[in-house]
Amino acid sequence: MNPLLSCRDLSRSFGALKAVDAVDLTVHAGTRHALIGPNGAGKSTLLKLLTGLLRPDSGTVHLGGQDITRLSEVKRSRLGLSQTMQQVSLFPSMTVAENVALAVRRHRGGTISALPARRGPRRHVDRQVDRLLTDAGLRNRDTLPVSALSHGEAKQVELALALACEPRLLLLDEPGAGMSPAESARLTELVLHLPAEITVLFIEHDLDLVFALATEVTVLHLGKVLLTGAPGDIRDDPRVQEAYLGTSRRADLFTTPPPTSGEPRVPTRP
Amino acid sequence: MSAPADIAAPAEGEPRKPPPVRVLVSVLAAVLLAAAPLFLAPYAISTLTRMLVFGLLAASLALLVGVSGLPSLGHAAYFGAGAYAAGWFAQNVSAQAPLSLLVAAFTGGFVAAATGWIAVRARGVFFLMLTLAIGEIVHQVADSWESVTGGSNGLYGIPATEVGGAAITNVGVLHWYVLAAFGGGFAVLWAVKASPFGAALRGIHDNEPRMRSIGYPTSLYKYAVFVVAGTVAGLAGGLLAAQQRLVTPADLGFTTAALALLAVIIGGARSLWGACLGAALVIFVRDSIGPSLDGHGPLLLGVVFILVVYLMPNGVAGIRIGRGKGGGKP
Repeated sequence: MNPLLSCRDLSRSFGALKAVDAVDLTVHAGTRHALIGPNGAGKSTLLKLLTGLLRPDSGTVHLGGQDITRLSEVKRSRLGLSQTMQQVSLFPSMTVAENVALAVRRHRGGTISALPARRGPRRHVDRQVDRLLTDAGLRNRDTLPVSALSHGEAKQVELALALACEPRLLLLDEPGAGMSPAESARLTELVLHLPAEITVLFIEHDLDLVFALATEVTVLHLGKVLLTGAPGDIRDDPRVQEAYLGTSRRADLFTTPPPTSGEPRVPTRP
Repeated sequence: MSAPADIAAPAEGEPRKPPPVRVLVSVLAAVLLAAAPLFLAPYAISTLTRMLVFGLLAASLALLVGVSGLPSLGHAAYFGAGAYAAGWFAQNVSAQAPLSLLVAAFTGGFVAAATGWIAVRARGVFFLMLTLAIGEIVHQVADSWESVTGGSNGLYGIPATEVGGAAITNVGVLHWYVLAAFGGGFAVLWAVKASPFGAALRGIHDNEPRMRSIGYPTSLYKYAVFVVAGTVAGLAGGLLAAQQRLVTPADLGFTTAALALLAVIIGGARSLWGACLGAALVIFVRDSIGPSLDGHGPLLLGVVFILVVYLMPNGVAGIRIGRGKGGGKP
């Protein structure tokens, strides 16, 4: 497997705090890679270094062999790096369809002309928006303003917006945060059915969700990579439990141990 | 495409079309404006013409403030630059009909391009302060560059616009001339607002960081709309020079900029035609009612402003005409 994303020796400090400390991370094409760790482990900072929102103090980021360390957020987005935000971050004055259309026009052959678009029936952009919303389970929500959506639906729009950017690498920052169990199950299903060309790197606190989705897991602790491995190995590693709890009481960490270890739990739809 | 999607299709296409009532109202407004010289007294006509000039300035500002979220307090600088350029051109080169307007629009756009790149890097209050500073600098230049602008006396004795060798001196004909140019300028603003570029501007207004993260170079877009708005403001300035045949530093000063912003807020910041109505109200209060109040026109404007903010939070445009108008109360 070839690495789609690789970080070498990536560091970023805030004052005396080393938020990300000499992190090496490799994400292989086609994987579903989870980034976990206790609060303050540097997960969100690392993600911001990847998207270009923050600049690293040292180290490099490569995407598909190209050095993107010094590229802006906008350029990285054009290269196929797309993200959803931890807090819902959409365009509240617009409808669901208009939100997604913004990204479609930028990335999927639409044009940003300064003349009004023709009102032809079913234009290219409309078809793409339709398909993305259908995939995200939002088809009959398209004419609603996003401010009228529930939290879970707004998160689905986030995902549709991120996918509209034709990502090679999709970064999800706590996709399950604040979701009800039903919404979280729906999200799992969406991510599981993403095409294999899209590589996913996600931060998640809900370990059930992590083990349901991830094919590879990296554990961050105090800004450093503790270890990277298959979900089953991570679950059994005493160092991970120590990082989370400061002790080795494994029973407390995974409150709902899966019935058969190593096999990902796929939640059923409600 | 499956059957359910086809059921959803008309609902999706519907809001894009302007409702028939709105089309009717726009056509009616255009006809009334065009017919006005036939039944209004000359003074009323010239007031209406002034409303059009100021309305175009306000509409160009609404594209910045309401659509793009760039509250500018220096927009009169481009209006004034256009006015001076048109006046100077008419005096020294040619007073032929559209030429001075083109010069005015170009100058407005040029000055906006020369100064806007500083402003668009800032956001919110900082943008407001930077544009205020730019406006004051341009005002200072107009005040002190006497050989071109006439200094604090202003640029006077601008010849009347000529069409095919005949000067436009009739207020009615002048009104039609201004109305035609207003139509052109307004069409440009409307097209930009309705275009995919306009949708991106609304996205920047709503959530600029997210626009960057989905791949839009937002500073460039803000710069582009700043120049477009400056160009149309310059065109409006050219109309000002054509109508009052006198340009003074006050025309690009802070008061003009603030009145334009007031008109935009009265009109409902997101609407172009609302800004025109707001401008008409401002001109009406300032020029028609103000003189009979012993110079207390600005006081009345202040009262109107407070009333509008409290009673119509979405401005004049928030009053619903027909359906499909977002933002208004149900």
